[in-house]
Amino acid sequence: MLLETPFHPRTAALCRSRRWRNWSGCAAALSYEPGHEYEYYAVRNGSALFDVSPLRKYEVTGPDAAALVDRVVTRNVFRCEEGRVLYTPWCDEAGKLIDDGTVQRLGADTFRITAADPCLRWFQDCALGMDATVRDVTLDLAALALQGPTSRDILARLVTGADTRSLPYFALTKGSIGAVPVTITRTGYTGDLGYEIWVPSNHALAVWDALIETGRGYGLAPAGLDALDVARIEAGLLLKEVDYVSSWAALIESRKSSPYEAGLGWTVQPRPGRDFVGRRALEREAATPSDWALAGLEADWPGIEKRFAAVGLPPLVAGRASRDAVPIYERGGRAAGRQIGYVTSATFSPILKKYIALATIRRDFAYPGSRIEIELTVEFVRHKVPARVVETPFFDPARKRA
Amino acid sequence: MARKYDAIVIGGGHNGLVHAAYLARAGLDVCVLEARPLVGGATVTEEIFPGFKYSVFSYVVSLMRPEIIRELDLPRHGLAILPLESTLTPLPDGGRLYRDADHHRTWREIARFSIRDAEAYDEYGRSLFYMARAVKHLLGIAPPDPARLRPGDIRGLLGLARHFLDLEPDQLHLLVKLMTMSAADFVDEWFETDVLKATLSASGIIGTFLGPRSPGTAYVLLHHYMGEIDGNFRAWGFARGGTGAVANAIAAAARQAGAEIRTDAPVARVLVKNGRVNGVALANGDELHANVVASNLDPHRTFLDLIDADELPGDLVSAVRGYRFRGSSAKVNLALDEAPDFTCMPGHGPHLRGAVSISPSIDYLERAYDDARYGDYSREPYIDVVIPSAIDPGMAPPGKHVMSCFVQYAPYQLREGTWDEKREAFGDTVVDTLARYIPNLKDIILHRQVVTPLDIERTTGLTQGNIFQGELTPSQLFFLRPAAGYAGYRTPVRGYYQCGSGTHPGGGIMGAPGKLAAGRVLADLGRQRGRRRGR
Repeated sequence: MLLETPFHPRTAALCRSRRWRNWSGCAAALSYEPGHEYEYYAVRNGSALFDVSPLRKYEVTGPDAAALVDRVVTRNVFRCEEGRVLYTPWCDEAGKLIDDGTVQRLGADTFRITAADPCLRWFQDCALGMDATVRDVTLDLAALALQGPTSRDILARLVTGADTRSLPYFALTKGSIGAVPVTITRTGYTGDLGYEIWVPSNHALAVWDALIETGRGYGLAPAGLDALDVARIEAGLLLKEVDYVSSWAALIESRKSSPYEAGLGWTVQPRPGRDFVGRRALEREAATPSDWALAGLEADWPGIEKRFAAVGLPPLVAGRASRDAVPIYERGGRAAGRQIGYVTSATFSPILKKYIALATIRRDFAYPGSRIEIELTVEFVRHKVPARVVETPFFDPARKRA
Repeated sequence: MARKYDAIVIGGGHNGLVHAAYLARAGLDVCVLEARPLVGGATVTEEIFPGFKYSVFSYVVSLMRPEIIRELDLPRHGLAILPLESTLTPLPDGGRLYRDADHHRTWREIARFSIRDAEAYDEYGRSLFYMARAVKHLLGIAPPDPARLRPGDIRGLLGLARHFLDLEPDQLHLLVKLMTMSAADFVDEWFETDVLKATLSASGIIGTFLGPRSPGTAYVLLHHYMGEIDGNFRAWGFARGGTGAVANAIAAAARQAGAEIRTDAPVARVLVKNGRVNGVALANGDELHANVVASNLDPHRTFLDLIDADELPGDLVSAVRGYRFRGSSAKVNLALDEAPDFTCMPGHGPHLRGAVSISPSIDYLERAYDDARYGDYSREPYIDVVIPSAIDPGMAPPGKHVMSCFVQYAPYQLREGTWDEKREAFGDTVVDTLARYIPNLKDIILHRQVVTPLDIERTTGLTQGNIFQGELTPSQLFFLRPAAGYAGYRTPVRGYYQCGSGTHPGGGIMGAPGKLAAGRVLADLGRQRGRRRGR
């Protein structure tokens, strides 16, 4: 039995496709229309409105709130000022990823953390000996992501009591939409200009209605997870349990990943005197790097077209993002054909007109320009097509940060 | 005239049948002798009340070894195991804890009591997966004896050492805890919600004369979690047609392999000549001969009833005398005119297709044990209920139901009176207890069968009515089951073997003792043949 989010009365009425996915036990629309193309282009050309209420949300308060959050996450929380937001993963003692999310510093001693999966017990256990309280506020707070080039203008027309227009990237502000108090963060999962709006669940519908109403002149469309999946791959953003496996869910060691192996080495911010969970293991790994790394791949599109053309078909890979793992092979040389990794997420990028992928591959091959091969199945026959390693994000418009 | 077989199996319980099937497949001329008119032992389905089929004793399946199902091709012989996916624990105040295969729903159900517990539940499940994976190896090997150090023991011990050294340190530590702790303390390491702790630790008291706070019960809990269905540990299922269908499928496989199965053929004693087995004498005076005789009966019957004590070393006789049976479980089987209606989950929901556990708190279970400790049955017993007809419509007429109630504690030895005097009063206690959660129960009962430990003993021969052929506490496991030095399925009488749940790896509808004992017999026969050839 799936739960309904606070926006369900609206999203269900709009979801003409009747396509839903189980997201953390909630019904989440995959797309509102039968196909997701229009919703994807709303992210890049107008604005897309995503119901992201199934995210887990925790509130941390108390004199030691900052110290607790700093102990849990890999990033240095003391460098996060009031009104700012951090993206960060958190690890177990062995330095393996548990989950990732954002940390919002709402006040000197008040934080809100988002997570993909339940973490209350972990945060509370990490608080041993500290004067800090962790509360699960998942059901209290509904959340919307308003993402796209026109999102700034929509919010500027709608929000009172806050200057959202000048809100910097990864900053937050409090204001009102109509009579409803909301928190607005300049964050998102699309790599575009965008905001997330955190609203008390009992006022969720009023905020949805206001956004839809105001967004009408700005190309606003409600959008589902299919469009989001394409956008987040273009943005080079990881999806838990797809691009990495949480150390809690991994039944065997080899399934676990460290931040370094998942391309999140930049979030590991040790400084003298700072002790966070997994620090020692991560210091060891920094000194002796793992064999594995995350890489962005760009497949040779003409090569893909050629394989399909050979059997008389158009390139059928264009469409939805894929979460099926696909082997990666060494190209050329004596060890040609040896498996050196696997693609975890892949999509045709409608905006770049390229076939792109996130992959876990051997570190030796994880440098920009590295040439490898990925598996491609055409008409039930497996082929290898050339691909090369590129920098992520694949798509990084200036407006994201501007 | 005496007929001569290669091997005779005493007792047609599921292990005796498995044993016979493997021997017959190896080409031996095998005969199974079952005292009752039907095979299965405690694994039987009987139509006690017309139209209603009861799994009279054992009632669910999980531990049955997948390799036995595969090797004997049991699905072709009629075995179908239907999933039993949920557990409902009703509470006296009308509340409930309901867990099923819907991960997120179960999470929310537990989170109503404690979000921390909901989160810990996944971790608990993973830990028990590791434990089940760790002990799975043990289920497939004859137990080596560390005190003996014969070549086979040394090989076995080295294999075990390698196996356990491969475990992560925290997994090894957890395994030691499981072998030593009480079920209540064990689940206490994860959870704070009483009803959840009680229901989980109830797996630790089944078939055991111990309370959830008694050390040793954590292992019994693991014993109930190490079963697997289609590769999934912890999965419990219901055999289509009741548990008797499991025995019937094994019997069909054994017959197809050439085994003869005689029912209504109780064995009076085992014939021994010059320290080696020679055959059996039936209760009717007939003698059957064989150089191999395997007893599917429990250690008490195998060593003290079927054979002269003179034939056995004194240490074995006294060990078996001290072996703990202490039957503590009973069954109440009900035929119902309609579906039971639960206060906490009214109507015909999917909860009817799962288990219902009357285990509202650890104290409740422990108090139930307190009564039994001093020789009374529990005034408010632990009850594990399934409604087989909700899963398999063939078990009762359309719209009607059968309800299987496993009850604890019902001590074999009562302080006052006899089970014959107290049987119906005990049945009333069980129905009264259930009726607190199922208000319509008393109005819909068409027939009631109360199976006390005395009835289990009388009907199946299980000493003191112990459902596992002896308690599954660590002191009676592995190379100590049934007795130190006598755990390798052989006995001191050459050619006489044990193949029941009183041997490693123990009770439940598992079949492993029967299969492992067959391996022992066949290896011994091969060795003898080899020796003869050598001469």
